[in-house]
Amino acid sequence: MNTIKTAVAVLALAASGFAAAQQSLLNVSYDVAREFYKDINAAFVPFYKKQTGKDVKIEQSHAGSSAQARAVADGLDADVVTMNTTTDIEFLAERGVVAKDWAKRFPDNAAPTTSTMLFLVREGNPKGIKDWDDLLRPDVKTIVVNPKTGGNGRYAYLAAWGYVKKKGGSDAQAQEFLSKMYKNVPVLARGGRDATSAFLQRNTGDVLITFESEVESVNREFGKGKVDVVYPSISIIAENPVAVVERTVAKKGTADLAKAYLDFLYTEEAQDIAAKHSIRPRNQKVLQKHAQTFKPIKLFTVQELFGSLSEAQKVHFNDGGQFDKIYTVR
Amino acid sequence: MAKAGRARGRNRKVLPGFNLTLGYTLLYLSLIVLVPLSALVLKTFGMSWAAFWDAVTSPRVLASYRLTFGASFLAAAINVVFGLLVAWVLVRYSFPGKKIVDALVDLPFALPTAVAGISLTALLAGNGWIGQYLEPLGIQLAFNPNGVVIALIFIGLPFVVRTVQPVLEDTERELEEAAMCLGATRWQTFSKVILPSILPALLTGFAMAFARAIGEYGSVIFIAGNMPMVSEITPLVIIGKLEQYDYAGATAVATVMLVMSFALLLVINALQAWQRKRAGGQ
Repeated sequence: MNTIKTAVAVLALAASGFAAAQQSLLNVSYDVAREFYKDINAAFVPFYKKQTGKDVKIEQSHAGSSAQARAVADGLDADVVTMNTTTDIEFLAERGVVAKDWAKRFPDNAAPTTSTMLFLVREGNPKGIKDWDDLLRPDVKTIVVNPKTGGNGRYAYLAAWGYVKKKGGSDAQAQEFLSKMYKNVPVLARGGRDATSAFLQRNTGDVLITFESEVESVNREFGKGKVDVVYPSISIIAENPVAVVERTVAKKGTADLAKAYLDFLYTEEAQDIAAKHSIRPRNQKVLQKHAQTFKPIKLFTVQELFGSLSEAQKVHFNDGGQFDKIYTVR
Repeated sequence: MAKAGRARGRNRKVLPGFNLTLGYTLLYLSLIVLVPLSALVLKTFGMSWAAFWDAVTSPRVLASYRLTFGASFLAAAINVVFGLLVAWVLVRYSFPGKKIVDALVDLPFALPTAVAGISLTALLAGNGWIGQYLEPLGIQLAFNPNGVVIALIFIGLPFVVRTVQPVLEDTERELEEAAMCLGATRWQTFSKVILPSILPALLTGFAMAFARAIGEYGSVIFIAGNMPMVSEITPLVIIGKLEQYDYAGATAVATVMLVMSFALLLVINALQAWQRKRAGGQ
């Protein structure tokens, strides 16, 4: 009986092997997207099977966004990259690893989802923090990621800068605002998760500036009701761009699969999964459906105020840039 | 007779073939140590000298050298004193659970340093077991340079203990007894008899703890607070440069660290050689 079973299994395997050698796809992504892509993959595999009749296996790899981009540039065989800052994919485009026009290969700037920066405060908001101005108060300690080491920190910085500019302030005023704001920062976290644990596990600071999507993981990890979410009057749109790694798919012959995978991120099903992880869907219908999660907030794009993230990187975050001045000029 | 015997003894080697062993040693060291390090130096050759100088002397980087080398030196110095005490207790006294204590000394070797960083932070932060009592007194140990020193003491301790311990075991207690019989005070016995014999080992332990601390990353970043100019260690500056895809700048700073650590190790080795010669000459 058993031998027959084994024989059947072997035959079935061989048959499926003939029908379609099982393809696998590696999605190299940033740190906090781990849970999101786990759900996406679980939805994509049956979706792809129904469409093409092929079984696929999706593998995922997560770490800091730029560290991942460096790994791919140095030879990690990712089929697709899904990041949280466009500079990381631009870096890969410069190296010829992804297509030069990657941003035009998929809708919405090749960013199927976005996020924004907002404030997490302790339960009941004891310090009454409402907007960016409150972060300058001497009694408010802010936890934020170091823009030198994390995309999260770069967006927080740019969001504050944009707040001053959007209210009609000059660059000099924005610079002064940020100097004051960073004077109230007792810990510059290395990455998003690091900041969350400083704020919640170590109980440091009164307010944490982080991605909207981090709210969901905070609620899951630390229990609901530990923190209140404060929506500042103005914040920034952080695009989560995706791209096919041409170098790998050419070698592995997974171009179609990689494209299908990234296209899937734009489907209503995937957008809905994103919304459940507090990641803003591009699909307006899905966004409306989750209006409870995504409170209306005045948003500006990086392009609008800084040209592009690469430009902002040069002016603000590279060595000797505006951010360094906050700490070197006392 | 005696001379001939010694000569024969010197020639009888356990492993044969000096040329073979030397060749192997050089090859292995090259593959494991020199090739990766030369790749590091080569990467900086893409930069002009001015760019290199700018990268390695910006105020933030200079502040990070001061912290990294200063905190490492302080931590290693503290470890010399308390590591010696631990080694002394382990060698000279017996007490229940000594084997466990002895094994505990190695824990910082085995533990992933990030775990050390996280547990130290949990302990010393404002809401930690210890931190909650210290912070009201105005003593802040986490998220500032104090935290860096504490983390470096933690990871450096086994180096001192493990280099001093065997030497202490070998020192003859008769020498101490003789000194006491001749009327030496306890301090004289320690400083004139014991200390000279263990000094080379102490220096070695210091050098190893110091070198280890300079390169330490995992445990420090969790407890330092990572404020530029205040509590940012050089390895974090290097990571920061990599995050901006500034490979050349990162390797430039790394090269400076490499040269400085190597120079310091050479100095300490020279000190040791001098010390051994002096001890041998007496």
